[in-house]
Amino acid sequence: MPGGVDTAQSELTIPAAASRAGAGTVLVRRLLFPVIAIAALVLLWDVVIRIFSVPPYVVPTPASVGQALVKERARLLDNSIPTIIESLGGFALGNLVAIAAAIAFVHNRTLERVLYPVAVAVRTLPIVAIAPIFVLMLGNGYAPKIAIAALITFFPTLVNMVEGLESADPQAMELMHVLSASRTEAFRYVRWPSSLPYLFSAMRIASTSSVLGALVAEWIGTNRGLGYLIVLTTYDFRTALLYAAMVMTSAIALAFFFLVSILEWVLVRWER
Amino acid sequence: MDIVVRDVSMVFPASAGPVRALGNLSLDVQSGELVALIGPSGCGKSTLLRLIADVVQPTSGTVEVRGGPPARARVARELGFVFQHPGLLLWRDALANVSLPLEVGGWGRRHQAPHQPAELLELVGLKGFERAFPRQLSGGMQQRVAIARALVTGPPILLMDEPFGALDEITRDHMNQELLRIWAATRTTIVFVTHSIAEAVYLASRVFVFSPRPGRVIGEVAIDLPSPRVPAVKDTPEFVRHTAALRRALAQAA
Ligand SMILES: Nc1ncnc2c1ncn2[C@@H]1O[C@H](COP(=O)(O)OP(=O)(O)OP(=O)(O)O)[C@@H](O)[C@H]1O
Ligand SMILES: [Mg+2]
Repeated sequence: MPGGVDTAQSELTIPAAASRAGAGTVLVRRLLFPVIAIAALVLLWDVVIRIFSVPPYVVPTPASVGQALVKERARLLDNSIPTIIESLGGFALGNLVAIAAAIAFVHNRTLERVLYPVAVAVRTLPIVAIAPIFVLMLGNGYAPKIAIAALITFFPTLVNMVEGLESADPQAMELMHVLSASRTEAFRYVRWPSSLPYLFSAMRIASTSSVLGALVAEWIGTNRGLGYLIVLTTYDFRTALLYAAMVMTSAIALAFFFLVSILEWVLVRWER
Repeated sequence: MDIVVRDVSMVFPASAGPVRALGNLSLDVQSGELVALIGPSGCGKSTLLRLIADVVQPTSGTVEVRGGPPARARVARELGFVFQHPGLLLWRDALANVSLPLEVGGWGRRHQAPHQPAELLELVGLKGFERAFPRQLSGGMQQRVAIARALVTGPPILLMDEPFGALDEITRDHMNQELLRIWAATRTTIVFVTHSIAEAVYLASRVFVFSPRPGRVIGEVAIDLPSPRVPAVKDTPEFVRHTAALRRALAQAA
């Protein structure tokens, strides 16, 4: 059917061009609308403070937070570095262990039945309670913070990854069998790629929660990091700097989220 | 004899009680033959193909493929399987899906592939879609990619489970023609499941009629139409006679 093939071919180019034009609008909508929303919130914040004349040591004005961000930038950046290292370290460690556990679980049901409940049990422990225990065990350095950030990222990735590896199309798995593929091949060709969309939705959660984990860990037994700065400025009533530290934390978490999203966009092309 | 099925029963355990999919089914397929299987939905046609391909093992009875157990034929890659659902890998474009069987187990490095993946895509009418991902293809187009994939290693036995069910009449006729051409050129043994009486008569030299579940062969209709078959044969009285005979056999089955 040569005629049919020709029309079909031109059909293929049209949606491709359309989606490229669409990507621009999507990007604008993705970036512009949140920026507008944040600007509106800041404005509301300013108006509310003025109307109710909230004292600056309770809630600072947006302008004073902006000033603190500029004036104290060296200090903020200095304290950001340990937080970034801990978050990234925890993110990497937590995800790697979760992925390894998920792979072990789908290949060994007994292991899954024994260890999955343990993972759920660990999950129910409040992170604020575990943090001091980790500091006691691992000292004052990076280790306990990375461990806590890892712990907080571990569970969502484990759950999603097990589901993702099991989401493999049964027909494709049957094909692997008909082709006499080894278990490693079935994993490499079918299971692993099937799990990637699931892994990335977990990693998007983990990208922000790992920062949260690092922050909580810095509340105890350290004198560096944004978490430490937040605690310190709260006690000293330096509220503008406290808010500036919060803005920094948020910016770091957002940057991680953005990086993971870009990676997903590059690696999981077929879901688009 | 390429496929010998003897007294095969297949019982699936299920929560609502065991399902008897096949009951004492026997059939033979000769080397180079194109046979069609037809029967009511759920009578075990797909199950039979999976038994032949060693995807499942029979509860009782024996299956022999090219003189040995199905597992041997599977490991030797003597079986090509076109599933009822395409089962393409979504992250691979059409061309990469077709060449998958060459990659698995390093088959393509140890053997000379009889067809180039791109040629096969052209054969199934998908020239220009080499780089398209499955999500960008219609159901019928995906099924044609799956057919090209089954052909790429040139297996001596081809199991096809309603391969053209999702296609429109015109594309279906075209695919039927291509299948007959491939069959004539390669003398591949083909077991073809279909729900279309006309398709079964047009393609096959013998049609096996299945009973409702538990499936077994209750009728065997030999189609002695001249070969090679051309579309015009569908308008001949002989063709109509064969479809009528097959329809009667199916009516008895129901
Ligand atoms: N893995 C399984 N577990 C339980 N029951 C199954 C399984 N596979 C098939 N069956 C049952 O076996 C019977 C035959 O199924 P099969 O898919 O072989 O039918 P079919 O003839 O191919 O039907 P259709 O024409 O609708 O494709 C059905 O009743 C089905 O429910
Ligand atoms: Mg079926």
